[in-house]
Amino acid sequence: MLWRNTVNGYGLIQILMHWTMAAMIAVLLPLGLWMTSLDYYDPWYRKGPDLHRAIGVLLGLLLALRLVARLIQTRPRALTRPGWETRMAGAAHFLLYALPLAMVVSGYLISTADGRPVEVFGWFELPATLYGIEGQEDIAGDIHFALAMLLLGVVALHALAALRHHLILKDPTLRRMLAPQPHPSD
Amino acid sequence: MRTSTHLTLGAGLLLLFGSIAQAADYVIDTKGAHAFIQFHIKHLGYSWLVGRFNRFDGEFSYDEANPQTAKVAVTIDTTSIDSNHAERDKHLRDEDFLEVDKFPEARFVSTSYRDLGEGKGELVGEFTLRGITRPITIAVTQIGAGDDPWGGYRRGFEGRASFALADFGIKRDLGPASKEVHLWLGVEGIRK
Repeated sequence: MLWRNTVNGYGLIQILMHWTMAAMIAVLLPLGLWMTSLDYYDPWYRKGPDLHRAIGVLLGLLLALRLVARLIQTRPRALTRPGWETRMAGAAHFLLYALPLAMVVSGYLISTADGRPVEVFGWFELPATLYGIEGQEDIAGDIHFALAMLLLGVVALHALAALRHHLILKDPTLRRMLAPQPHPSD
Repeated sequence: MRTSTHLTLGAGLLLLFGSIAQAADYVIDTKGAHAFIQFHIKHLGYSWLVGRFNRFDGEFSYDEANPQTAKVAVTIDTTSIDSNHAERDKHLRDEDFLEVDKFPEARFVSTSYRDLGEGKGELVGEFTLRGITRPITIAVTQIGAGDDPWGGYRRGFEGRASFALADFGIKRDLGPASKEVHLWLGVEGIRK
């Protein structure tokens, strides 16, 4: 089956998780900036943050699953050439796990700073754990925003690097994240 | 007759010195949290939203015989705004409202006090918020004064004031019913 990773490429599980996370981040980043600029009487003044919090919690859960999947599966061989490119790719991939994780945590710490839980589409509530720290919502908010800007940069770099592999180096780096590669392709 | 004149004089002096002894400086008891700065503003025009400032300090002087000499000075830590909702408090601290990074302090310094009798008065002073200073008038009612059970002497007032958010540079539109914010002050002073 093509569900699992091989040395040559990603399995369907990994591919689905990657693009679901990408889609979530693509919604969360602009939504976060937009919702905080809305007028008090805008219909989205409450809906926007509700959606942002809910997707954020789901992103955190997906990220946890993805980290497990990464640990228990074969990791496809890097197609970058040795040296600085491999190190850059490694650093970027680390940040693409670490930054969303830190963003989920800091966002959660804003919304739960007074002990209120985070509601996820009315399906379930994530209770507050760490709250009542002096200035918690402000500090967590500043961190959340700074990390968002950093993530935006890393995502752009990540996308440009994928396009470079596809268009300039003409290797299957991007293709293998689009569909499982049944055969060794290089 | 001489005795009674002396008595009258003595009583008069006692009254005079007694009232001089009443002219005193007080520290507002924020340490023991017997003082409160609350605000309330209409929410959508349907109800009241209530919040407070948790940190401030101040002093006042008050002379029962000459209430018009009363003076008050209070400094408020604007970062301590608390409306019992972290996400809202975060918003209240940012540029849309108090901009506490730039203006961490608000201040009230009285300029005059008009005694209206029966413990009521009108306190006028300069109020500084977001770096903008404007006069505001606080309607004051004295609640009481006297010895406390721990060897001190206390005096307490309540005050009411209101102002338009826009007057202090808060441009955020909360709707037609929510242009004015109302303050309720509960102040207890311990005589120095």
